[in-house]
Amino acid sequence: MNMRGAQIVCKSLLREGCDVVFGIPGGAILPLYQTLPEFPDLRHILVRHEQGAAHAADGYARVTGKPGVAFATSGPGATNLVTGIAAAQMDSVPMVIVTGQVGRPSIGTDAFQETDITGITLPITKHNFLVMEAKDIARVIKEAFFIANSGRPGPVLVDIPRDVFMEEVDYEEPLELDLPGYKPTISGNNRQIKKASALIQSAKRPVILAGHGVIISRAYDELKELAERAQIPVITTLLGISCFPEDHVLWTGWPGMHGMAYSSLALDEADLIVALGMRFDDRITGNAEKFSSKSKKIHVDIDPSEIGKIIPVDVPIVGDVKDVLVKLNELVEPSTHSDWLKRIETLKKDHPSLRLPETDKLLARQVIRDISEITEGNATIVTGVGQHQMWAAQHYEFKNPCSLLTSGGSGTMGYEVPAAMGAQVASPDGTVWSIAGDGGFQMTLCELATIVENKLPVKFAILNNGFLGMVRQWQEIFFESSYVSTGYSGNPDFVKLAEAYGIKGIRVTDKTQVKTAIQDAMEHDGPVLIDFIVEQEENVYPMIPSGMTVKDMIEEPSSERVTV
Amino acid sequence: MTTTTDKHTITALVEDQPGVLNRISSMFRRRGYNISSLAVGQSETDGLSRMTFVVEGDPETVEMVAKNLHKLVEVIKVVNISSGNTVSRELALVRVNADVTTRSEIMQIVDIFRAKIVDVSQGTLIVEVTGDENKVDSLVDLLRTFGVHEVMRTGTIAMSRGVSYEEDTPG
Ligand SMILES: Cc1ncc(C[n+]2csc(CCOP(=O)(O)OP(=O)(O)O)c2C)c(N)n1
Ligand SMILES: [Mg+2]
Repeated sequence: MNMRGAQIVCKSLLREGCDVVFGIPGGAILPLYQTLPEFPDLRHILVRHEQGAAHAADGYARVTGKPGVAFATSGPGATNLVTGIAAAQMDSVPMVIVTGQVGRPSIGTDAFQETDITGITLPITKHNFLVMEAKDIARVIKEAFFIANSGRPGPVLVDIPRDVFMEEVDYEEPLELDLPGYKPTISGNNRQIKKASALIQSAKRPVILAGHGVIISRAYDELKELAERAQIPVITTLLGISCFPEDHVLWTGWPGMHGMAYSSLALDEADLIVALGMRFDDRITGNAEKFSSKSKKIHVDIDPSEIGKIIPVDVPIVGDVKDVLVKLNELVEPSTHSDWLKRIETLKKDHPSLRLPETDKLLARQVIRDISEITEGNATIVTGVGQHQMWAAQHYEFKNPCSLLTSGGSGTMGYEVPAAMGAQVASPDGTVWSIAGDGGFQMTLCELATIVENKLPVKFAILNNGFLGMVRQWQEIFFESSYVSTGYSGNPDFVKLAEAYGIKGIRVTDKTQVKTAIQDAMEHDGPVLIDFIVEQEENVYPMIPSGMTVKDMIEEPSSERVTV
Repeated sequence: MTTTTDKHTITALVEDQPGVLNRISSMFRRRGYNISSLAVGQSETDGLSRMTFVVEGDPETVEMVAKNLHKLVEVIKVVNISSGNTVSRELALVRVNADVTTRSEIMQIVDIFRAKIVDVSQGTLIVEVTGDENKVDSLVDLLRTFGVHEVMRTGTIAMSRGVSYEEDTPG
């Protein structure tokens, strides 16, 4: 059957199970766009900025577990994606991005809107392709989806010159995948798993440190089984949050720079860390040399290059977390660790970490607690980056797996608006709350138009402190409160702004209005934006300054009066 | 084997496609690994090239280099042959000063190194030498006393002895 390259792209996307694409057209990719009407099952969501397309695809991918798909044109369209691609790469999010490129004869001539996007994205994609012949498109897209969502997931970019979209070739279903250099190890080595089981058996003070890999591999039940069977407390990483229910007795918070003090202390006292699908990020380890120095480490990860990268490991296991846990659970004998669990209880009691001061002031933390209470921990929470992100991670009580979407590895402000949009597209009936910073929100707020256009009922909570709050906090603590370029005196009226987009806007300036506003937002059938005018100079605690250790932790400001 | 303790040899079988070298060098640059030499050429299989890297660093670093090479989709096989029994060779061309008074002395040195003189002109000679890195280093050092104009080296290629086929590094 004769088909044009553009038709093959659409057909291949559908074959891979793609049902929605986020993007913006332009000259080089126009032949693809003009083909879309022939493929009504491929829903295209027209975003307002390509960064939004990338983050939306990311949000969609995290929620569905399927690769998110984005389109952009050559040159500026493609470069606008870069921030979103880098964020997805850092957090192992599967995406397939199709970019238009200038026509083949023009490549290398600095033609209008020519950018070497495969060159630019080389270090921030899992893999990328420049497709120089239409006959290769079907195979490349099949490979792109496979690479994006197998092994350790990540973004894959497919760059297609304009004339390749228009080239007509005889379409053939792609054959079996032939990627001799790409064979992820899924199945964990039995001998290693036996060693791990023996270590777990002999440990007195074991902890599980569960990362994003548990969510990616959807290994929630297996994690719970291991934890309960061997009575091991579960600490998660920031991206691992929600992989283990927070109302479970074994749940022991998340550690690190702004994590709970008791989590960091538990890691420090442990004699065994069972690290599952995580990568010992510096936000967790602080000074890696002094990190949890009394413990042995079992490290399970699907990416061999993560093992031994930061921390020497006693039992490395390469494989999919779920596969490894299933096998491990067969070997591990039930145990109790009652002394250790008592110790953890004491740590939790002595270092509660998340107490709120008694005050009539409107605290961002209070807002998160109220959202948590009113949504009963069942919402999907999407955050930006900064203080509000840390508070959301700390104070929202996540009940459902995979319900926190946050740019952990790359820390990309502006993630909160488009990623929430993607999450809502992925889960049309789910409750999606975007916990936004007044700074980050302004980086991508143009997507409010997309949200309205597509009738997406995202609820926005702007925690408006009038500052680039997290940076201001560093300035306060490390630079004697010299607030250089972190105060916003010209923020727009966010309520009017929402209304300009046709979104219901609510302003909250007083503690007593918080719950009503959240309830109103929940009851409103459509998107809502609440502008919470919160205390400006609150800090996130606990805090372990970068590169330091648990001993350097600032648990909470000593002067505050606190209640639990 | 004469590799020094901080130099390690890794070979990789890679798909012969545009951009592969770029991907590999980008990985080395991004992760801050030092390549002291790199040689690329066709392998025994059509469409596949073999690369030899001489990498500086401690064994842990070299293991990370191997793992990160392996992670690239177009890299099919990675072997760390530093510790094994291997043959390693490099080719060098050296343009050296030579007048009537020094020519015979140079020829003697060239003989001892089983090197060759491949070009003679007024005042200079081109010497061709093959051997492991140390042998080439020593010859070049000796020739420096006569005045070396130009040195060109291919970088090391290496193969393990005996074993019929290389074992892949465990992932
Ligand atoms: C795109 C981007 N630019 C800059 C930064 C550095 N940065 C980290 S947190 C932060 C402040 C964020 O301000 P806001 O969104 O208002 O959140 P807040 O910390 O006030 O809650 C900044 C500027 C970043 N993470 N991302
Ligand atoms: Mg702010």
